[in-house]
Amino acid sequence: MACLLEAPLRISVLSEVTATSRHYVDRLFDPDPQKVLQGVIDMKNAVIGNNKQKANLIVLGAVPRLLYLLQQGSSSSELRAECAVVLGSLAMGTENNIKSLVDCHIIPALLQGLLCPDLIFIEACLRCLRTVFISPVTPVQLLYTDPTVIPHLMSLLCRSQRTQEYITQIFSHCCKTPEHQTVLFNHGAIQNIAPLLISPSYKVRMQALKCFSVLAYENTQVSMTLVNVLVDEELLSQVFVRMMQRDQPIDMQLTAAKCLTYMCRAGAIRTDDSCIVLKTLPCLVRMCSKERLLEERVEGAETLAYLMEPDVELQRIASVTDHLVAMLADYFKYPSSVSAITDIKRLDHDLKHAHELRQAAFKLYASLGSNDEDIRKKITETENMMDRIVSGLSESSVKVRLAAVRCLHSLSRSVQQLRTSFHDHAVWKPLMKLLQNAPDEVLVMASSTLCNLLLEFSPSKEPILESGVIELLCSLTQSDSPALRVNGIWALMNMAFQADQKVKGEIVRALGTEQLFRLLSDPDSNVLMKTLGLLRNLLSTRPHIDQVMSSHGKQIMQAVTLILEGEHSIEVKEQTLCILANIADGNTAKELIMTNDDILQKIKYYMAHSNVKLQLAATFCISNLIWNEEDGEANAMTGSQERQDKLRELGFVDILHKLTQASDPNLCDRAKTAMQQYLA
Amino acid sequence: MSGQSSGCGFLMSVVVHGDSALNEQENELNQQLRRLYPAVNELETPLPRSWSPKDKFSYIGLSQNNLRVHYKGHGKTPKDAASVRATHPIPAACGVYYFEVKIISKGRDGYMGIGLSAQGVNMNRLPGWDKHSYGYHGDDGHSFCSSGTGQPYGPTFTTGDVIGCCVNLINNTCFYTKNGHSLVYVCLCPQPNLYPTVGLQTPGEVVDANFGQHPFVFDIEDYMREWRTKIQAQIDRFPIGDREGEWQSMIQKMVASYLVHHSYCATAEAFAKSTDQAVHEELASIKNRQKIQKLVLSGRMGEAIETTQQLYPSLLESNPNLLFMLKEGLPALVQKDLHFLFCCKTFLNLIHEHDPVLDQINLVFFLCPGCSPGFDGSCCNGVMSSKAHPSPHSHKPCPPGPALLAAAAELSSLNGSHSLQQPNASTDVDMEVDHFTNGVTESSSNGFFNGTSKHGAQTEDCDADMEVESAQSKRQLCGGSQAAIERMIHFGRELQSMSEHLRRECGKNSVNKKMLKDAFSLLAYSDPWTSPVGYQLDSIQREPVCSTLNSAILETHNLPKQPPLAQAVGQAAQCLSIMAHSGSGSCAFAAVDDYLH
Repeated sequence: MACLLEAPLRISVLSEVTATSRHYVDRLFDPDPQKVLQGVIDMKNAVIGNNKQKANLIVLGAVPRLLYLLQQGSSSSELRAECAVVLGSLAMGTENNIKSLVDCHIIPALLQGLLCPDLIFIEACLRCLRTVFISPVTPVQLLYTDPTVIPHLMSLLCRSQRTQEYITQIFSHCCKTPEHQTVLFNHGAIQNIAPLLISPSYKVRMQALKCFSVLAYENTQVSMTLVNVLVDEELLSQVFVRMMQRDQPIDMQLTAAKCLTYMCRAGAIRTDDSCIVLKTLPCLVRMCSKERLLEERVEGAETLAYLMEPDVELQRIASVTDHLVAMLADYFKYPSSVSAITDIKRLDHDLKHAHELRQAAFKLYASLGSNDEDIRKKITETENMMDRIVSGLSESSVKVRLAAVRCLHSLSRSVQQLRTSFHDHAVWKPLMKLLQNAPDEVLVMASSTLCNLLLEFSPSKEPILESGVIELLCSLTQSDSPALRVNGIWALMNMAFQADQKVKGEIVRALGTEQLFRLLSDPDSNVLMKTLGLLRNLLSTRPHIDQVMSSHGKQIMQAVTLILEGEHSIEVKEQTLCILANIADGNTAKELIMTNDDILQKIKYYMAHSNVKLQLAATFCISNLIWNEEDGEANAMTGSQERQDKLRELGFVDILHKLTQASDPNLCDRAKTAMQQYLA
Repeated sequence: MSGQSSGCGFLMSVVVHGDSALNEQENELNQQLRRLYPAVNELETPLPRSWSPKDKFSYIGLSQNNLRVHYKGHGKTPKDAASVRATHPIPAACGVYYFEVKIISKGRDGYMGIGLSAQGVNMNRLPGWDKHSYGYHGDDGHSFCSSGTGQPYGPTFTTGDVIGCCVNLINNTCFYTKNGHSLVYVCLCPQPNLYPTVGLQTPGEVVDANFGQHPFVFDIEDYMREWRTKIQAQIDRFPIGDREGEWQSMIQKMVASYLVHHSYCATAEAFAKSTDQAVHEELASIKNRQKIQKLVLSGRMGEAIETTQQLYPSLLESNPNLLFMLKEGLPALVQKDLHFLFCCKTFLNLIHEHDPVLDQINLVFFLCPGCSPGFDGSCCNGVMSSKAHPSPHSHKPCPPGPALLAAAAELSSLNGSHSLQQPNASTDVDMEVDHFTNGVTESSSNGFFNGTSKHGAQTEDCDADMEVESAQSKRQLCGGSQAAIERMIHFGRELQSMSEHLRRECGKNSVNKKMLKDAFSLLAYSDPWTSPVGYQLDSIQREPVCSTLNSAILETHNLPKQPPLAQAVGQAAQCLSIMAHSGSGSCAFAAVDDYLH
């Protein structure tokens, strides 16, 4: 059996202690059932709190024998219960113990045992199952393999306070995916567990509450059902509010706040509901205070960040509540220098939580600063904040790096911060480093932040350009993740805005026309929009237009035609027409349009389109084509005359004339300006 | 927004006028304050209920029952700032104190300051600028702690906002709230007697205070719950006794002495045996006391007196100071004359039932001061209760009403004898006028305001009662025995004259007076048991008598008249009151009663 052949290390330990341990196992094989029972009871007393003994017994093969006795119909109910107790005790040991037990198929055996009518035996089985399932090494899927298990567990909820405690604890640990939530929901988890929230037993109340928090997490169906549930004629949300009262145990306050947070995020409770604004939010802020345990502070901050992420009003309230912004600065003070000297245990504890604390604080700062400029200012003004972010970006823990870059991203939405603190602290350096080699989720955030840093007014733009970012961004556009493709092309677009010829040339060269046109047919419309934006930025100022068009004119015109013919949103088409307008502004590039009757027909079509934006863009394009070159030479003059004539032939003048009567003042003006060119 | 909506209610209820509305509001306020600050003794330390019209700068105007504050100065410079304090300082026994201010109008510049200040701090300033003064200011959101320069603290506030100020007298901090959200702590100097304070500085600024008149926007009760839990956890975890077993044996001693004191002989014996202790009183003596107490508790007063007389011959006659005395240092030494108390209870018992033993006792021996020379001295207590328990009616001056004995006389007429003109009774009526200024007339529905209206009213009374009697549906006084009733009336008269005597000898004793009055009031009812004063007939009312007597007996044996357990409880209660006096706020959350149940 798998559990017999554990690790070689075990076997060396074995020799010393076999004798006594062997005796316990041998007694399980006694022909006299009474002696077997006594043997099991003695074994129970021997293993309590003794991890070594537990390991020995497992290696010596006690588990299969115990399971055999437990499953045997001929065993007395007392013996079966004692077997389950011993197994439960063995499970309390190390993770290796759990692995061995699971390998011996303890889970199906115990689940089978639950069908027995004897309550004491059921409780012993449940206790053991609970211990096994809450271990991270146990695959939670094992709970769902037999479809009869969940309904049976639901039916056992009414048996005793112990069954309630163990079953709800199993549920809350085994509900990890939306599928699990649905399975539990469909088997009446809410109706069965809700009454337990007012159980006289604290443990039962607490486990029931935890169940609801995992059930409601990102689950609209569950959350919507929860708001209407009544417990003893009281709405569930009110029960949760009561559980958040300050005299309740912290664990209960925190978990109740989580439930309400998840219900709120799932849309079941409005963000301006007083139970959120006046109860949940202050409760979570309290959880962040110095008085709380480090674990509680982490959970509190993460939950609060999640709660207010989409709502600027909650962000504003939280930012002033109990000086949260300053309170969070304390999260970075672990391990504190004092604890390092005085107390090794404390130092260990601090170290273990230091990463968690930092990432939680970054997350919360990110959430706080995602919308409001004043809050962002407050955050950056917090002691050493920018330094902390900078060092967070290069921490070993991915979680911290991700949270730090999220925070940076949130702050990078501020024009003022981009101009000042971001530049002062050269945040682009660690950011660039981060982009070299990071998991996708970090890359998404980092590249998104980079987009903002590459905005025209950002002083960091120059140094970033010099660091050879273009290749990196181009490689992002080839990523499988749409988010990364968008960010890559977005950053390039920002980079190309009002850039000099050299940069533009480099972008086109690095990206390659092939990739550029592949992006123009990207299934993600965001990618398409930003690629068009890039094209538009590349095609600005006359010499640049002519240069780009002379080398890539054919492909660009093809792509433009395709997009204008395809099924695309108004925004995409507008952007495309703007590109045409830019092309029409070039000296030589103009001819690419003038000689393309197909395109001219399309422009004509859009001038008469029902959407004013498209009409405007198309008219702008025509206006550029018929423009008289004031500073041009004689032949350019004649060129414009020729174009005007051709366009008149094609009936554009009539359309322009009509458009001078348009109701939209912008369109009307544009048309009038164009008409004046004919008169000139 | 929640702040806004509650603000509307706030305004509306202030607009409502009329006495009933105001009274109702006042009642609600009183209830709310009692609920929030149960440990505060308002007789000693009243709670703030409004702004003080006396303690304010002249630029401040008050309206709406002194709850609304408006600015009426020029408001040109900071020199024009003006503040107002509440009528009373915040008592330490609040533990946690809270009030809110709603900004009705920010006026010209919105320079409002909400906070605290001590008595005597200059009112020509905003709260926070000077020593012993703290404030949160609306224009910049800064917090000022006894300094002209503020610290960046919270958001600014303006029209429509509700700003709260919470004082924590346990850890000497304070924090402000805006629209129900708490801002961070500021430390206070340990400074007793801070007053809620607001300051205004520019024309048009108007704010309304809420000292508990309306529900608060901020959940202060939740905050208090946290501190109650904290304090109670502190008490629970308080380290006790270093040496092993010391604490336990002390507890056992206390329990044993308590059992002995209350003469639970069998229990005491068993307990002493199992915990290996000695009992310091002879078993026989305990049993004697037990016997007397049983008699008193079962209402057999006559037997009780007789037994006491037999077992402790000198006690009732010679012991002059049978005092019900609480532990040393209690706020007031409440004293009662045991003898008098005892007699009153006997009287009540007479009403209650026919006590055959009592018949045989020469009542006069006990009760008539004139006949008992020793008694004159014994009832003369040098110290009388310094504190009158205010009777529920005492705040209303009554016209000279009928004396209690008149009521008693009516009772006799009610039982058939219509002779109103009992000479003794009538003289007593005149004598008692100044004593018993209230009571009977109010509780009995017929309202005997004066002698002239008495007769008619009384016949009505009579009719009504006769009907009842014919229905035979009620318990009857003295078991319905005419002789017993007459004896009772007689006894009552003697009791009355004894009271008279006591008054002459010892000065007024409002406790005794009240007791007697309440006892006589019973006679005014056809069914005393269900009357408003019927509680006196409840056997639980005999318990104080029982314990007073018990203490007196123990004292004669040189045993403590109070068990150490009760003493400890008294000490704890006293300690809390000292804490309240010395400004230690934790006393708010450590009520002794919370631990007695």
